[in-house]
Amino acid sequence: MSTLVAPAEVEIREPVVHDDVEQERPWVVIVWNDPINLMSYVTLVFQKLFGFSLAKATKLMLQVHNEGKAVVSSGNREKSELDVARLHAHGLWATMQQD
Amino acid sequence: MFSRRNFQRQGDRVRLRLDVHERLLLTDLLDELGRLLDDPDDPELRRLFPPAYSDQVEDEQYRSLVRDQLVSGRAKALATVRETLVDETLDLEQADQWLRALNDMRLVLGTRWDVTEQLDYAALDPDEPRDRELAVYGYLSWLQEQLVEALQPASGK
Repeated sequence: MSTLVAPAEVEIREPVVHDDVEQERPWVVIVWNDPINLMSYVTLVFQKLFGFSLAKATKLMLQVHNEGKAVVSSGNREKSELDVARLHAHGLWATMQQD
Repeated sequence: MFSRRNFQRQGDRVRLRLDVHERLLLTDLLDELGRLLDDPDDPELRRLFPPAYSDQVEDEQYRSLVRDQLVSGRAKALATVRETLVDETLDLEQADQWLRALNDMRLVLGTRWDVTEQLDYAALDPDEPRDRELAVYGYLSWLQEQLVEALQPASGK
């Protein structure tokens, strides 16, 4: 692969940190493994709530099952809260945190 | 143990078959869960209303925002099951409400009875109170598994 030389103006630009930057860091929604929810049910909920294909929903479900958790969505705080609430309405153990 | 199918997809509907004992059991569970929902802060319901945030203040804000909606959604699911308990078929929206109500029952009972993932239903002894509880839980799981299958997006095609 080739190496690109960064334009000088990029190198000297200082990052400007606003107070609201912290607010804008994306949030991630995490689903945690639990001993009660059926694997097939979790897969169906992922398909229904996020429009995932059966293959993608199954992969995420297996990640929850085998690794204990999986990130299922990300976005701003409002969207993530809505996703968490929809998952909670379906009985899944979901939390959100800033990435 | 459970061979007869209770739910079967038929086009855009789901056929429902329950005998009188099954309806009685479900009615009892609907009554109980309905009573518990009167107090969403009851520790028995902790799996129905899990925390969204690790920060307690943020989580309280989340709870106050969504609690009423989560409670009314769950009450609606229970009401739908109650109203359709003797029906022969369900539309897909009703079947979805059944699915959620069954899951809520399993979450409450599974938490109360401390169910683990490794459950050997074949080894249950009907004379043991603990095993009777697990048999109820296992029955609900079997019902839910059938409904999930019936509601798979490809099932109606």
